[in-house]
Amino acid sequence: MSSPQLPLSVRLDRFQRRFAPYLFVSPFFILFAIFGLFPTLFSIYLSFQAWNPVQGLGTMRFVGVENFAFLLEDPWFWQALGNTFWIAVVSGLPQHLVAIPLAFALVMGVRSLRHPLTAAYFLPFITSAVAVSIVFITIFGTHFGVLNQLIGVLANWPLTAWLFEGIRDQLPINWLGRAPYIKPAISILVFWQFFGFNVVLYSAALMTIPREYYEAAAVDGANLPQRFFYITLPLLRPMIFFAVTLTIIGNLQLFDQPFLLTGGTGGSGQAGLTVAMYLYRTGFEWLDMGTAAAMSWLLFLVIGTATFIHFKFFGRGGLETRE
Amino acid sequence: MKKLLVVTLLLVMGLAWAQTTKLSIGVFEPLNEHVVRVLPKFNELHPDIEVEVRTLGFMDHHNALVTALAVGSGAADVVAIEIGFIARFVAEGGLVDLAQPPFNAGQFEELFVEYAWLQSRTADGRQVALPTDIAPGVMYFRRDHLATVGADINQIISSWDSYLEYGRQLREHGVFLIADAASVASAIIRSDIPVGEGIYFGADGRPLLNSERFIQAATIAQRIRQEGLDAQIGAWSSEWFEAFRRGTVATELSGAWLAGHLETWMAPETAGLWGASEMPGGVLVSWGGSFYGIPTQSQQQEAAWKLVQFLTTNPEVQLEAFRTINAFPAMPVTYDDPMFEEPLAFLAGQQARLLFADIAERIQGIATHPGDMVAEEIFGSAMGQILNEGVAVETALNEAQTLVERRFRR
Repeated sequence: MSSPQLPLSVRLDRFQRRFAPYLFVSPFFILFAIFGLFPTLFSIYLSFQAWNPVQGLGTMRFVGVENFAFLLEDPWFWQALGNTFWIAVVSGLPQHLVAIPLAFALVMGVRSLRHPLTAAYFLPFITSAVAVSIVFITIFGTHFGVLNQLIGVLANWPLTAWLFEGIRDQLPINWLGRAPYIKPAISILVFWQFFGFNVVLYSAALMTIPREYYEAAAVDGANLPQRFFYITLPLLRPMIFFAVTLTIIGNLQLFDQPFLLTGGTGGSGQAGLTVAMYLYRTGFEWLDMGTAAAMSWLLFLVIGTATFIHFKFFGRGGLETRE
Repeated sequence: MKKLLVVTLLLVMGLAWAQTTKLSIGVFEPLNEHVVRVLPKFNELHPDIEVEVRTLGFMDHHNALVTALAVGSGAADVVAIEIGFIARFVAEGGLVDLAQPPFNAGQFEELFVEYAWLQSRTADGRQVALPTDIAPGVMYFRRDHLATVGADINQIISSWDSYLEYGRQLREHGVFLIADAASVASAIIRSDIPVGEGIYFGADGRPLLNSERFIQAATIAQRIRQEGLDAQIGAWSSEWFEAFRRGTVATELSGAWLAGHLETWMAPETAGLWGASEMPGGVLVSWGGSFYGIPTQSQQQEAAWKLVQFLTTNPEVQLEAFRTINAFPAMPVTYDDPMFEEPLAFLAGQQARLLFADIAERIQGIATHPGDMVAEEIFGSAMGQILNEGVAVETALNEAQTLVERRFRR
């Protein structure tokens, strides 16, 4: 029997003051634990097992690091990794190279049209990847697709015919059927879908640069390109760092667009197979869950390494505070 | 007293209601149309069984089934499985072995066409599903292109060489022989298989990707591609539909069901211009088919078995499926029905159903191996290399063989 107790109401009051906050945040943590934390931990466990899901949970067999060893010797895994990097760079780099000057033009230039234009560029980002991919499949059609019709017209028009000399005998281009053209096709789609997001990011960052800097530079005799390279870009570094980090992480996990454009198969000669796609097929179509889990952790290592390198190169510049 | 009476009455009604067994059946479109139509008949025969139909899209249904089997719950009591996916589920533990008591499915073996029965049987003799509809592989050809070239269909299909010769004649008129050379390879690897072997795996489980049959299939497909006889269009793409509508492709190897699709939505304006024949070179293969199985997790396996029997072994129900959703019956006894002699207007009045039935009865059985889907994927990739990238047949097939061997190291 405890010594002089406080009245029940006071004890209850103290209790709920201490624990009410935990109660209020618990829904998120419970959901996170079930749908976020547990699957992550389980997949680490699973990557050391061999499991055919159709046979039920009880049939898992411990195989140690065999899954990882298999993947590191698997030609398709290395090809998928190569494909992923190729698409990540070829679709990621233009996104930023186009978005920065575009955002600059939008912010510095036409003031009245800035919002409608930004909205127009941002529109592809909010469309459904599935719907867009289906439309692009039609656009990329070999015989009846719009893109090939356009290329056909341009290749025959005297003014632009010289641009197409090298590939004239490849026309009409089989974008989605031939290995050399699948990755460019996917990259075009990914670029189209995500560059608007970067325009928005850079526009926001550009708005924070004080106009006085530009005015001072103009007074000192700097022209537009000089103002861009010596004022805008350095002050934009934190945002570039942030946007490139997002691009790296997002592009290395690319799944939707290649999956839909190649119809789930990865295309001729696995040219359009990304690591995320290969992992999905290994787990859900080939029913080898252990290997799929192992692959997801290898992908995590790759993304982690890429981000680490990115931080090492640009980190100091990105994290230092602006004057 | 009155209250007691009411309570007792409710209790008795509740008990009576609880006596009815509730079954669920999981199907993919368009099977649901057929199942819903014949359910009233099932209820007449078994008034104590209530059936709930769960329908999903084709891919969704099979993916959901994998998940449900993985975690041991969530699957319906009866599930429909299409031929392309049966290999996924033959691994032990997922579906009930219907050959065992109390089901004893072996008693029905004689009712079905031989190959359909064998397709749902594993190499170690477990009967994991019963066939409900089949798709005999046929060649559809355009009669107008045939007339332009002045060829005879029976002569064309007598051998692969004469088929290619027809292709060369067509090329001079600017018409393609077939949409994709790879479908020729698919057909050839599925024919002339020794008893007890699967398509991709031998009786001992060894992969056969670089065996004689595969080399022959790949070589013929390669010749078709190299001579420019195919349109290089993938099946089910919008270009494929367009090719049918515009008549730029003269033949197509497919299941008997393709005529139904062409007629209803793909190319209805080409009605009367098509004909059906056997595949060239005496190839007799299956190009589709559905089965019904019972997941081991079902709590009502006996009642589920009654439903499976009703849907698969009842000739009336099979014919009804044919009428409603063009699902070709797996039971030869139904082929005597007058509807098989009906001339099909889309095929210029040909009594094609008799042809389909004849082919169906001659297709030989092939064993199913759990690795079939992976091997098919890898073979498809090898064909892509051979046809699109010009890789040598032997090199590509040897590589495919190594890949499949590595996959099945366990």
